[in-house]
Formats: sequence, C-alpha cells, structure tokens
Amino acid sequence: MTLERRQTPLKERLKIPLMLLPASAVILLLFLGGLVAGLMQSLGYFPAAGLNEFTFRHYVDAVTDRNFLVSLWTTFRIAFSVTLLSTVFAVGAALVLRQRFSGSRLATFLFQIPLPVPHLVAASAVILLFSQSGLLSRIGAALGLINAPGEFPAILYDKASIGVMLSFMWKEIPFVGLVVLAILQSVGPQYEELAQTLGATKRQRLVHVLLPLIMPGVVSTWIIVFAFTFANFEIPLLLGQSFPTTLPVQAFREFQRPELTSRPKGMAIAIVLAVITVLLLIAYRRLARYSRST
Amino acid sequence: MTSTPTPGPAPGPDQAVSERLLPERRQINWLRWATVTIIVVSVVLPGVSLLLRSFAFRWHYPDVVPGEWGLDAWTYTIDDTSRVFESLGNSLRIALLTTTLALLVGMPAARALGQHQFRGKRIVEWILMMPIIVPALVAAMGIHIVFIRLGLTATVLGVSLVHLIPATPYFVLVMSSVFANYSPALEETARTLGANKIRVFRYVTLPAISSGLLVACLFTFLISWSQYVTTVLIGSGILITLPMVLFPFLGQGNAAVAASITLIFVAPAVMVLILTSRSLGRGSTVMGGFGKV
Repeated sequence: MTLERRQTPLKERLKIPLMLLPASAVILLLFLGGLVAGLMQSLGYFPAAGLNEFTFRHYVDAVTDRNFLVSLWTTFRIAFSVTLLSTVFAVGAALVLRQRFSGSRLATFLFQIPLPVPHLVAASAVILLFSQSGLLSRIGAALGLINAPGEFPAILYDKASIGVMLSFMWKEIPFVGLVVLAILQSVGPQYEELAQTLGATKRQRLVHVLLPLIMPGVVSTWIIVFAFTFANFEIPLLLGQSFPTTLPVQAFREFQRPELTSRPKGMAIAIVLAVITVLLLIAYRRLARYSRST
Repeated sequence: MTSTPTPGPAPGPDQAVSERLLPERRQINWLRWATVTIIVVSVVLPGVSLLLRSFAFRWHYPDVVPGEWGLDAWTYTIDDTSRVFESLGNSLRIALLTTTLALLVGMPAARALGQHQFRGKRIVEWILMMPIIVPALVAAMGIHIVFIRLGLTATVLGVSLVHLIPATPYFVLVMSSVFANYSPALEETARTLGANKIRVFRYVTLPAISSGLLVACLFTFLISWSQYVTTVLIGSGILITLPMVLFPFLGQGNAAVAASITLIFVAPAVMVLILTSRSLGRGSTVMGGFGKV
C-alpha cells in the first residue's frame, strides 16, 4: 500500500482536493463571493450607483437608525422565545414518544409531518386557524366562549409576534424533538434503570440523568433553530407587525428601494445579520467538539 | 463515553427493573394522551381547515363548516390569469435544475468527507456547512449586482445557482453520512474481477447508496421548492415561482384561493412523506434534517 502510494504520489495527493473542488467552488464563489461583494457594497464601494469611496457611513447610518435597535431586539426576542419554547415542548414530546404504546408509531409519524412542509404553508395554516374570524374563533363561538370575531385574541400582526412564533414552532418542535428522540434511542434505558435501582425518584431521574444526557445534542440544535429563526424573512413579513419588524425584513426593504443609493445601508444591516450568525456558527463548532469529547 | 460502569445485561435484575417501571408509566398516561392529542390536532386541523377553505363558497362567521360549497377558488387557481400554472412550471424547473447541480457538485465532496481522513478536513467541513447557519439571503443580496452584469437575473439558471447556496450543504451533509456508513470493499472486489469504473458505480456503488441518495435528492428539491426571498431577489419579480403567487393571497387576498394554492404548494412535501414513510424507523434521523429547511 505505502509503496504504491509513493509511486503515484501526485495522483493520490490530488484525488481528494479534486473531489472537494466542485462543491467548494460553489460555496466559495456563490456564498463567500456573495458575502464579500455584499461587504464591499456595505463599505461604500458600489460603482453601479456611482459610489466609489470606502466609508463606514452606511454602518453608522444603519445602526443609528431608530428602527435598527428595535428590529434587532424584536428579532432576538422572537428567535430566543421560539428556541426556548420549541425545546421545552420538543423534549416533552420526545419523552412521551420514545415509549412504546398502541399508536405510538402513528403518533411519531404525525409528529414529523411538519418537517418537509414549507414555512409559507405553516404561515397559511396559522392565518386560517388563528385569525379573528378563523376556525378556532368559530369553534370558540360555537362553544359559546365568544360572541364576535373581535373577542378572539388578536395574535396575528400583533406586538408580541405570537402568530410568527406559532408558525416557527410548528416546524421547529418536530425538528428538535426528533434530534432528542434519536439521542434517547442511542443512549438506551440503562442509565435511568441504574438510577432507579439506586433509589432515584422519577423527577431526579429526569433532572440528573436524562437532561444531562440530551443536553449537548439539544444545545447544538438550539443554535441551528436560533440562527434559522433569526434569519427567516417571509414569516415575520407575513404575520408580524410592519413596525417594528425583524432585521432580515428591514435589510431587504432598504435593499429593494428604487434608489440604488440606499442599497449600501440595507447591505450593512444584512452584514450585521451575517456577523451575528457567524458568531453562532463558531459557538456551534465549539459545542459540537465539546460534546464529542465528553 | 466515560468509564462509568454500566449495568450488565443480566436478565434477572433487568426484568425486575422493568416490572418496577411499569406502574409509574401507567401513572403518567394523561401526559401521553395530552401529547398525542396535541400532535394529532396540530397536524390534522391545518390540513382540514385548508381543504374546507378551498372548497368553501360562502362561509359566514360563526359557522364552523362552510354554508355553501363551490369550486370557484379552484377554477380561478387553474385559470391562466392566476399564473399558478406558469409559476408551478418555473418552480419545478428551478428545483429540478438545483437538485441536478447539487448532485453533480455534491457527490464527490460527500464521498471525500464520508470516507477519507485528510489534512484540513475540519476547515472544508466548516466552509461547506457555513450556509446552513449564515443566511443565504445576505450572499444573494451581495451577488445580485454581479448576476445583473452576467445576465443571470430573471433566469432559471440564475435562481437555481442562488438556491444552490443552501442546497449544496444539505446534500453534502446527508450524502457524507450515507458514505460514512458504506464500505467500499466490494468495489475493490468488483475491480479485481475486471469491472470498469462505470460498471462498478452502476452495479456496486449505486445500489448500496440508492435509498440515501433518494432522500438527499428529495431533500434538495424541497429546499429549492420552499425558497421565497432569494427567488424574489434574483428572479427580479419577472421569473415567478409558486410561493411568489401564493404570498399576496395570504393575509389580505382571497382566503379560498390562498388555501387552494397552499394545497398545491404543499403537495411535493406530502409526496416525500409518503415516499419516506416506508423507511420510517431508520429514516427518522435522516428526516430530522428537514427541520433545517
């Protein structure tokens, strides 16, 4: 083996780089190239709009805009709430679904249905169910709980972004749940049973045995869910308030203005968004390595 | 794992434990039923309300079921003026081209990452996985002006190239885990028996990876199919895809038409669910990736 390799060193050495080349080229050219082009535009280099000098003006413009901080806060609040609530519900669902009972296979199948469904479909269903004249409001009226559409809580286009969060959670709970389910299945019941023979109560087994076991996997899905919710465009645009909105919506709005000169400002907001997610990615890699080593 | 002693697989004590676990499980049955009910309601109710809405002609407020049924929404949806058919064709073309491109560029990389150890592997993984977390929208905004200059805006190829940004990482991720579980020893045997490269791939490699490959392709198709804002941007509003026709109907537009377009838009996802449900047990972790779509 080693002899053979020495005889054809170049071919062997080039084999893996050549295999990696096409996919890397796609990501480097389209993705990193796009980020670099965007960075340059945000720094004022945008010849198409007659802008040629490098400046931080657009960042100052973007960050001092009174909408920026409110949008940043709204985006964080939504992403944080969705991540936290999805995890709580997902862990609960996974703890139930890992048990074998009649109908458990069907329940697990139904549980994963939202995964391949586009987010826009989730938003569409949320509108039909939760608008003030939606199906839930009608059911409420049929049960005599409310008398008019106006009495149904307004949770679409609302200040708290409940409609936005519901749409996200419909998709993210199964995602986190299946990750937890996979971890629980790979761990098996032996640790819990050991804890029980040592006299641990149900609650102690949950807090001291199960949760520490699933935590590393859950934390890395947190970052994926958080980053995804943070960067999503269509759901907050569709179901959120028009002001304050989220960072991706604000960036895209500035970018799509008819006057090209407002593009660098939109691009600056987008770069801020990208930087936040890069920091999340670094945290993700750290945690992935940490959870692998323990 | 750590070196903590694990309980032995001795049948005696194990049995005793599971007997002791039984009564407790009966106690928490209400939690099980609550969970199952929530799951069933949260999946069935959206589907039922979409169907009811799309076939409703008149549906006055307090009625839980439409008062008058009709095909008006579907008639409009099928009609050319709604542009549903045109956009459906574009969505299909773009998703198929994206899947093909992801397949071509992603297969070799997935094999390298799944089967080989090499220097700098971690950096390559880092770069290839970046678009999973860092939004493709930012890159699409940056590259827009370059695409205008290259004449790629408002073209199927241009939109597919931008969809390739989120699609490639997922294709590589799924296929590299498929290749990690695949042993190339049989290929060696086939080669020593005189099979050429194409025959080895056709008769040895492909049958072994085919089910994983199908999942990866369906997955990539759905990523492209679900894209909205990147298509709006690179399609310049001229190249219309299905979600772009759906969007204006949601919220302010005709709710019945919104429901019928939504049902068409969700169809590929339903087909994927049916296709993959057969391999439900072992496929569940692969399906987990869909959550990132």
